[in-house]
Amino acid sequence: MKYVDEYRNRNLVLALIKKLHARTTMPVSIMEVCGTHTMSIFRHGIRNMLPGQIQLISGPGCPVCVTPSSVIDAFVELAGRSDVIITTFGDMIRVPGSNGSLADARAEGADVRIVYSPMDALTIAAKEPEQMVVFLSVGFETTTPTIGATILAAEQQGRDNFFIFPANKVMPPPLDTLMQDPRLKVDGLLCPGHVSIIAGADSFRFLVDRYRLACAVAGFDPVDILLAILALVGQVQAGKPRVENCYGRAVTRQGNTRAQSLVNRIFTPVDSEWRGLGTIPASGLALRPEYSAFDITKKLDIRAAPSSEPRGCRCGEVLKGICMPKQCPLFGSRCTPANPVGPCMVSSEGTCAAWHHYGGLEKKQIEGGKNEERQK
Amino acid sequence: MSSYITLDHGSGGLTGQILIQELFFRYLPDPVLHQLEDAAVLPEPCGRIAFSTDSYVVDPIFFPGGNIGELAVNGTINDLAMQGARPLALSLGLILEEGLRLDDLENIIESIGAACEYAGVPVVTGDTKVVPRGKGDKIFINTSGIGVVGKDIEITTGRVREGDILLLSGTLADHGVTILTSRAGLEVAGNLQSDTRPLHFLVEKVLEQEGGAVHTMRDPTRGGLGTTLAEIARATNLCMEIEEEDIPMHGEVRAACELMGLDPLYLANEGKCIVVAAPARAEKILRIMRSVPEGAESRIIGRVSKKYPGRVVLTTVAGGARLVEPLSGEPLPRIC
Repeated sequence: MKYVDEYRNRNLVLALIKKLHARTTMPVSIMEVCGTHTMSIFRHGIRNMLPGQIQLISGPGCPVCVTPSSVIDAFVELAGRSDVIITTFGDMIRVPGSNGSLADARAEGADVRIVYSPMDALTIAAKEPEQMVVFLSVGFETTTPTIGATILAAEQQGRDNFFIFPANKVMPPPLDTLMQDPRLKVDGLLCPGHVSIIAGADSFRFLVDRYRLACAVAGFDPVDILLAILALVGQVQAGKPRVENCYGRAVTRQGNTRAQSLVNRIFTPVDSEWRGLGTIPASGLALRPEYSAFDITKKLDIRAAPSSEPRGCRCGEVLKGICMPKQCPLFGSRCTPANPVGPCMVSSEGTCAAWHHYGGLEKKQIEGGKNEERQK
Repeated sequence: MSSYITLDHGSGGLTGQILIQELFFRYLPDPVLHQLEDAAVLPEPCGRIAFSTDSYVVDPIFFPGGNIGELAVNGTINDLAMQGARPLALSLGLILEEGLRLDDLENIIESIGAACEYAGVPVVTGDTKVVPRGKGDKIFINTSGIGVVGKDIEITTGRVREGDILLLSGTLADHGVTILTSRAGLEVAGNLQSDTRPLHFLVEKVLEQEGGAVHTMRDPTRGGLGTTLAEIARATNLCMEIEEEDIPMHGEVRAACELMGLDPLYLANEGKCIVVAAPARAEKILRIMRSVPEGAESRIIGRVSKKYPGRVVLTTVAGGARLVEPLSGEPLPRIC
């Protein structure tokens, strides 16, 4: 497969690993922001090939995981209405809220459908004009433009039974919040490639300026990830942090300006609650007033109740990188992918799911613990 | 006849009789079936009897490379074959939803007839019920099958030993990817097709020549190769070591998995088997498997060791290693 096989080439990977072992002379802790990075690192078995001094910490880059339980509860409640068809990406369906998940609601008769694109939801709305078709609009910079484009298409078609439940988020504000947490010690950031395609590599500059954090934008295959880790180790050891674009075949400094202006035209920043991180100013996206007719929360006056975390669940701390999944008392016992308590165990990009699926061969199982201890 | 299934077709009355005589018998010619007795009486078997049942509810009912009908025939034949049994006869139970198009039903029964003829295994008894619209989903099929197991054949996980070789009879994940992409309405370039096919010819040929060296066999259907190997690992308390690089896959299947964020190790196969064999005979078995069309792309994909007892370990294309856990929950496509 072109553009994939080259970046998984065993000889290249082994050469990069060798280089990393030769070059790493001090402890370097790196946060991989994006859940797709976390999964790829596990799936390709990269973690246990790295030098012991390199510590990888998973960050808050799983859109399903950071959606607070109050919003999940609102989704489930909305699904219970007989005049509503819920459309959603698959990952969201099994996330438990305080009164069950969307999958539970579906089993009890709710009309909940998995779609692969918000455009599919619009197609359903055209086919079923009697029902209100609601797309659960969850996702980061990568996902938002297609949702914006769907709103425009709905407007053009004059569709009055298509809505979104706006719960989109943007990446820079939570990273800002995270880096101010004294419990987290991070030297470098493996910046998300997909987000950067839209937002541009420059969107991470403030982390260099404010926190002297080494940054490398990375693709998702082993060679991409190792090149970026190598770049980060170089920056940290030289004490010269900057934003390095290691995903040049897809990412530019400015990003996709057309997609950005589409998003700006339809959405406006609002304060938004993140699981584990609390409410962060300007970290979410709401529809602009001229598009608010597509906002189901306005139409039905839905207000999210205060969030409550499942008892004992440490997803919030896992998302902040200060707790490793195996340090959570529920991990693998009460909380498993088949019977999840927290969202990090559900999503295909969740840190706990990654550790549960692939984590058994890890030698360095309590990296987060070390990190906590280092602070004491 | 009307062009849709109605509740009358399942009432046991004349309409149902017409359906059986004019549609089912046209494609299912076995004389025992045509006797329309309450049970099929078959000749005395020579050997131990294998007996298996499976229900088919696949959505969509027609998919590239096949339909629910031939899937129901091949699936039960394969379950028998995995125990080393030679399949003798099948039952066919149909649950039809009111409003199913008759020409869809005819297409399905026709392909059941064709699959039975190809496999040499007849439908000898059957039943049809109709449920009101909304109480089913077009058509559900149950098939049961009986077969006989040869005298010296002993296919069981209990015989798996350290050092055994793992063979796979062809490319991975074709069926699972085909179903998921057709359900998603995704158009993937190339030629995605279900791999539904019977495996008893391949099994018969292997067992004829190397029966003693075959320790166990499994067909990695639901849950895929990953889950099936994890079950063998758990049952034997041995480690299944596999090489990602050696697992054959079609290019378009890999591409579709990348696109949808699916792990091919957990996707269903409907015409593939894993053979666990004694190391000294593995190469010979591989040659036999490759000599039949359904095994032409067979590969040795790994071996049995004591490295991580009860676990499956995959050496990745990139050269790393990771565990392969059994599937839990449905494979979900990714969000971004």
